[in-house]
Amino acid sequence: MSSEIRFTDFKSDKQPTWCPGCGDFGTMNGMMKALAETGNSPDETFIVAGIGCSGKIGTYMHSYALHGVHGRALPVGIGVKLANPDLEVMVAGGDGDGYSIGAGHFVHAVRRNVDMSYVVMDNRIYGLTKGQASPTSREDFETSTSPEGTHMPPVNPLALAFSAGATFIAQSFSSDSQRHTEIVQAAIEHDGFGFVNVYSPCVTFNDVDTYDYFRDSLVDLGETDHDPTDASAAKEKILEGGETEYAGIIYQDEGSVPFEAQEGIEGPMHEIPEGAPPDATDLVREFY
Amino acid sequence: MPEDLNWAIGGEAGDGIDSTGKIFAQALSRAGRHVYTSKDFASRIRGGYTAYKVRTSVDRVESVVDRLDILIALTERTIDENLAELHEGSVIIYDGERTTMQDVEIPEGMVGLDVPLKGLAEDAGGAIMRNVVALGAACAVADFPIENLDESLEKHFGDKGQAIVENNEEAARLGQEYVEEEFEHAFDYDLECTDADYVLLNGDQAIGMGAIAAGCRFYAGYPITPATEVMEYLTGRIDEYGGTVVQAEDELAAINLALGAARSGARSMTATSGPGIDLMTETFGLVATSETPLVICDVMRSGPSTGMPTKQEQGDLNMTLYGGHGEIPRFVVAPTTVAECFWKTVEAFNLAEKYQTPVFLVSDLALAVTEQTFPPEAFDMDAVEVDRGKVVDEGEVEEWLDDQGRFRAHAATDDGVSPRAFPGTPDGAHMTTGLEHDELGRRTEDTDVRVQQVDKRNRKVETAKAEEEWDYREFGDPAADTLVISWGSNEGAIREGMGLLSEEGIDVRFISVPYLFPRPDLTEEIRDAETTIVVECNATGQLADLIEHDVLERVERINKYTGVRFKADELAAEIEAVLEPEEVQA
Repeated sequence: MSSEIRFTDFKSDKQPTWCPGCGDFGTMNGMMKALAETGNSPDETFIVAGIGCSGKIGTYMHSYALHGVHGRALPVGIGVKLANPDLEVMVAGGDGDGYSIGAGHFVHAVRRNVDMSYVVMDNRIYGLTKGQASPTSREDFETSTSPEGTHMPPVNPLALAFSAGATFIAQSFSSDSQRHTEIVQAAIEHDGFGFVNVYSPCVTFNDVDTYDYFRDSLVDLGETDHDPTDASAAKEKILEGGETEYAGIIYQDEGSVPFEAQEGIEGPMHEIPEGAPPDATDLVREFY
Repeated sequence: MPEDLNWAIGGEAGDGIDSTGKIFAQALSRAGRHVYTSKDFASRIRGGYTAYKVRTSVDRVESVVDRLDILIALTERTIDENLAELHEGSVIIYDGERTTMQDVEIPEGMVGLDVPLKGLAEDAGGAIMRNVVALGAACAVADFPIENLDESLEKHFGDKGQAIVENNEEAARLGQEYVEEEFEHAFDYDLECTDADYVLLNGDQAIGMGAIAAGCRFYAGYPITPATEVMEYLTGRIDEYGGTVVQAEDELAAINLALGAARSGARSMTATSGPGIDLMTETFGLVATSETPLVICDVMRSGPSTGMPTKQEQGDLNMTLYGGHGEIPRFVVAPTTVAECFWKTVEAFNLAEKYQTPVFLVSDLALAVTEQTFPPEAFDMDAVEVDRGKVVDEGEVEEWLDDQGRFRAHAATDDGVSPRAFPGTPDGAHMTTGLEHDELGRRTEDTDVRVQQVDKRNRKVETAKAEEEWDYREFGDPAADTLVISWGSNEGAIREGMGLLSEEGIDVRFISVPYLFPRPDLTEEIRDAETTIVVECNATGQLADLIEHDVLERVERINKYTGVRFKADELAAEIEAVLEPEEVQA
């Protein structure tokens, strides 16, 4: 079956309304390619998206999908997966959706380690509302709501994930199509919560974190001797400040056992009897 | 009113009040007696007054009353808290050797039984069993065969080993013998046993059991009084049926988890109380507009804000009817008894899936914490029906594809209900969104499509109004001049209150309303009555407002918002007081 699936099968006939040059085009293409490469079909895939430019992705892709409430995409994705572990579940969001309004869910989704992937289009700006500071904006980044900078350090999503016990942490760059696809594919294949922070530049409202900036500052860990299974090496890379940004698989726990396996959840939950389960009277007897 | 005995054990939180009370209630139930329990408790783990109250009779009991016959008082405050309910001849069992109870004064006219609870418990094997000694003493006072306690002790302590069970049985007997030997007093209680088989459960458990019976396989929730027991009931049990319980990080996550599972095709629910509904309201509109079947249970407690978390109130009616921005189609169903908690849960799942619409299942604290006896047939599993609505399988998907082969998940059908394809169904792939969308689930702001989709969602409610029964429950004399209307847990107290009123020569027609939206049209009933009184546990009269709006007539109101549920005798007096001025005029 996998050989018949092409990445264009995951494309809907809606044309994206993202600004020309938006990083999200590349991010989405990589997601579609990775899904096809891993042998998934649109009818067996569920995409959940939040709110923001990133949230539009469900409309442009073809699969079962829900475009939900701002910040709550992860719990929806977890619910979908637990109720039917046979589905491939991918959650897409932005830096505002995942690290601001949905930050609480992010931490707990990481902890729960359900076998799914989470792709965050991080452009360090609120684009859809036309240019306000995001949780990953630099401290001195001037916007309409932070004219003198944010006076707050940016959230380090990788550190947040690591401290919550992540089993897969990766970072990619939307314009490096092949690498980005490989990394998302690895997140899908990982047995647990595959988290990928994607630098997905906003060409309209962010003139600091640009394609040029990422191209110049990104170091691909795949081209170094970094060992992603080495937790302390990963921690060092994640907490390293400065102008170096890393791409690639930063951390992976190869012994990861997904939550649903630990809970003993097996088949889809949608098949139920036409009346009460055959032995339901036992439940009444308990109250004697 | 049934010939009844009112019994209570009270002390500090952490004294084991709840489990001791439950053991006694269980023993009465096993002895073929009806039981109705209530709790006085505070939202803390230790400290503070708490009590477990049992009303029992060979006839059905449906309410608490303002009378206490036997009180086990572990603290002096327990006596003070219950002074109004204690009466001449009430028996108070206490341990005069307990430091805090040495100076206790038994009110005049009452019988104080000073039983060395701790000492006797130590004789039986450990001071921890002092409450069981007190139960034995109570058995002696009530002339209740102590063998009935044994089965209950076995059920409660069985997993701790036979030795523990036997020690407890011994402790109970020591208490019983002490009273029989030390006190000359003749008590005129005789707790008759019958051959009847009863089950004993509370409203939260009934909701949980109803959910499993109805095929619910996914539950997500965040602990909150008084809804937590729904989650605790399902934990470990739903797994046996292939389901799971997820404890979420907050209620925002809980409803989204439940929504996700429902999108996967599972029968899915969440339960919370008012503060949790506040948070869940964020996602409520998404549930409705994405046409996802979901049961959202609100076990009401006293508000607003943190309010009185362990106290009764029916203050969330307006929120469940109107909560959320925009106009959101929904159903609001409110069980009126513990057994109805079971049946309305089953119904809620069928409504949710048949109409792909969220259902508020509105219960209240009084139902949640009341253990009540029922014949097991009250939960007849063979009578449970499951209607999944318009689910389409692989073969049926085709007829719902548009000319380009895309699945019309929000097809604007005549009855408003669209086909539902579970993820994994070949050719059924589709998206849906909280944005206004077209038949394919894709965002649109096209004016015609907007109107089409709003109308089709609202049409589901119109279809349901026509196709489902939205009846009320009726009691008393249908031709009576006085009509009492209520909702939720008040049903039992009103029914018993009617018995008292009838002794006074006042006949009442009582309509108990389990459907708040859609709801039965009461125009005729109210026009036929001389006086209509709407009874509810809130300050403003939310149901009364609705009824006045529906019928365009004023109604009388009895509201209680002390945090304590209505009692049968209190209610009878209040109804009489409403009617009295008219009698004077006549």
